[in-house]
Amino acid sequence: MLEHHLSLLFDSVFSGNLALSLFLGMCTFLAVSKNVKTALGLGIAVIVIQTITVPVNCVIYQYLLKENALNWTGVASLQGTDLRFLGLISYIGTIAAMVQILEMALDRFYPPLYNALGIFLPLITVNCAILGGTLFMVERDYTPLEALNFGFSGGLGWAMAICALAGIREKLKYSDIPSGLRGLGITFITVGLMALAFMAFQGIKI
Amino acid sequence: MAEPKTKDVLFDPVFKNNPIALQVLGICSALAVTTRLDKAIVMSLAVTLVVAFSNAAIAVLRHYIPTSIRIIVQMTIISSLVIIVDLLLQAFIPKIADELSVFVGLIITNCIVMGRAEGFAMKNSPVVSFIDGIGNGLGYSVILLVVGFFRELLGSGTLLGHTVLPLASDGGWYVRNGLMLTPPSAFFIIGIFIWILRTLKPEQVETE
Repeated sequence: MLEHHLSLLFDSVFSGNLALSLFLGMCTFLAVSKNVKTALGLGIAVIVIQTITVPVNCVIYQYLLKENALNWTGVASLQGTDLRFLGLISYIGTIAAMVQILEMALDRFYPPLYNALGIFLPLITVNCAILGGTLFMVERDYTPLEALNFGFSGGLGWAMAICALAGIREKLKYSDIPSGLRGLGITFITVGLMALAFMAFQGIKI
Repeated sequence: MAEPKTKDVLFDPVFKNNPIALQVLGICSALAVTTRLDKAIVMSLAVTLVVAFSNAAIAVLRHYIPTSIRIIVQMTIISSLVIIVDLLLQAFIPKIADELSVFVGLIITNCIVMGRAEGFAMKNSPVVSFIDGIGNGLGYSVILLVVGFFRELLGSGTLLGHTVLPLASDGGWYVRNGLMLTPPSAFFIIGIFIWILRTLKPEQVETE
């Protein structure tokens, strides 16, 4: 059991990294990685939201939407229902609601973190890493406990990747890049090289 | 406000103001679904349809959507459209739909769709918004098709499954480039595409 979870953790942080091997959350990944400080703030926000939404969506999927999922209610007319077509709309609703609740809760109980995260919190709703995490959870049919692990470690891997890229981009400012490649172009190539390096983790099993 | 010209609305996003190369929107799916040309074509069609129809729907409703909850309303419209596209794909081309897996669902969070809804459809009439959606879909498709073309050609020596470069392993002369089948190659191709685009159009170069 423990081994299984450790291997899932390693898998989602390194070999199945959300940013560098599954390419999720790329828009924010490229746009908000100009310096390490903001990258770290966004990374933490992603870890928190991911840890909450993936298990919540997992419970929704397993106990409401999945084929025959409503059997536990015992109501005869609900036996054998299949509500999977409502999946996307419920997941995005949950994510938007969770982001909103977290925003209000942080503002009320822990203002320093709220101020540090600032604009990144609402933006997270449209970050594909969050929805992607949920969709992969559904596809791999995780139990709620596995989903909790996957949410946390997936977020952690994403946060590590964006901090690493921000570090590299800070140093890149001092290099002499051909004018057409400056900015976005060289960032793409850098991320490509990072993704190549991350491929080295593939196939490693604990 | 003067209505933007139809022709400009349709063709500007293709090269002049490309959503992927210039506005950095909607990159996630551009990287993950381009290992083969057919997947790229299906994905481009799906995204173009969703952008066009969500733009039109939101433009029709733009005077009735309260500003404070507009994101949720937009999300709901977009996700309903994506569900329709997803079901259509699964019904008619289940094999490709399977391979695209979660990336069809991820069209919801594709920033192009949200960005156009927020930036264009909320301010313009339905017809122009619809055309703007098609234009941006085309801009997205161009990049997807270029990347898909090179990755399939250099990676497996085929186009749409037909052999173009006979492989050395089958008695031909072409030794396939394994890098092109791996995800990082998409980054390199898009990086080079941006480089070429900006060399041709120097006004797009970022100043730092």
